[in-house]
Amino acid sequence: MRARAELPTDADLVHRLRTRDEHAFALVLDAWSGGMARVARSIVSTHASADEVVQDAWLAVVQGIGSFEGRSSLKTWVYRILVNTAKRRAIREGRHVSWSPVAGEDDTPTVDPARFGGPGDPFPGHWLAFPAPWPSPEQGMLAGEVQSQVEAALAELPDRQRVVITLRDVEGYSSDDVCSILQISAANQRVLLHRARAFVRGKLEEYFVASAPTDVGSEVRP
Amino acid sequence: MTDLNCDQLVELVTDYLDGALDPETERRVADHLAGCDGCTTYVQQVRRTITTLGSAPPPDVELSDEARAALLAAFREPPS
Repeated sequence: MRARAELPTDADLVHRLRTRDEHAFALVLDAWSGGMARVARSIVSTHASADEVVQDAWLAVVQGIGSFEGRSSLKTWVYRILVNTAKRRAIREGRHVSWSPVAGEDDTPTVDPARFGGPGDPFPGHWLAFPAPWPSPEQGMLAGEVQSQVEAALAELPDRQRVVITLRDVEGYSSDDVCSILQISAANQRVLLHRARAFVRGKLEEYFVASAPTDVGSEVRP
Repeated sequence: MTDLNCDQLVELVTDYLDGALDPETERRVADHLAGCDGCTTYVQQVRRTITTLGSAPPPDVELSDEARAALLAAFREPPS
């Protein structure tokens, strides 16, 4: 693992990259390539092609740094190049990712309607049984196991949802940045994020309920 | 103005956490959460999901030494 150094400010970095300061380039290369590989993997089919996408994106950065206008942060600009490179690659691989809204994607419930009271129930639209509490992180559930559940859940998501949740929640980009990187509207971004988070929460719930000791599991009904 | 139902609240969570709701709807969500343990748990679990996603270890990949060297070489002499 190469050492991670604190990065200089954007203005400084951009200036140094434009004046071909190799040390500055090595800094961003080492700091961002891992996260870029993760995002690329959420778009293209194999880890090997994701790695190539990262390299191709860096080549495009090298060639295009002169035209960077500073309207977004340098990292956001680099990620936009990455995503565009990955999208082109995905299309070449016959993996067509549609980036426009899919009909019905924003108006079906993200939580099973059977969990809420129906019209004939005493409390229509309210939880029939509250969501079972999850064990706290200290209660012995191995963090690594929980992470594998999350990874498996991400892999099951539709591509666009996976890309958005990876950028927002895994990489920690703001909503504005994600819209800028993916060139989608804020409303579209939130719909995709919402569905993705609800899906991952649901998978964690299944996992926690299935692995809860039965004597605890039987107490969680309200 | 009507009270929110739980099945409506769960669809507002992302907008709520992003601060993207209009003030009136945001107040209705807060009012509902104040009186509903089920939805409070649900929102906590969404927050926990986000925290868990954010603590994923970075992928154990780095550029190979060859790729890194090739990129540094391209940086030194960009094709014009």
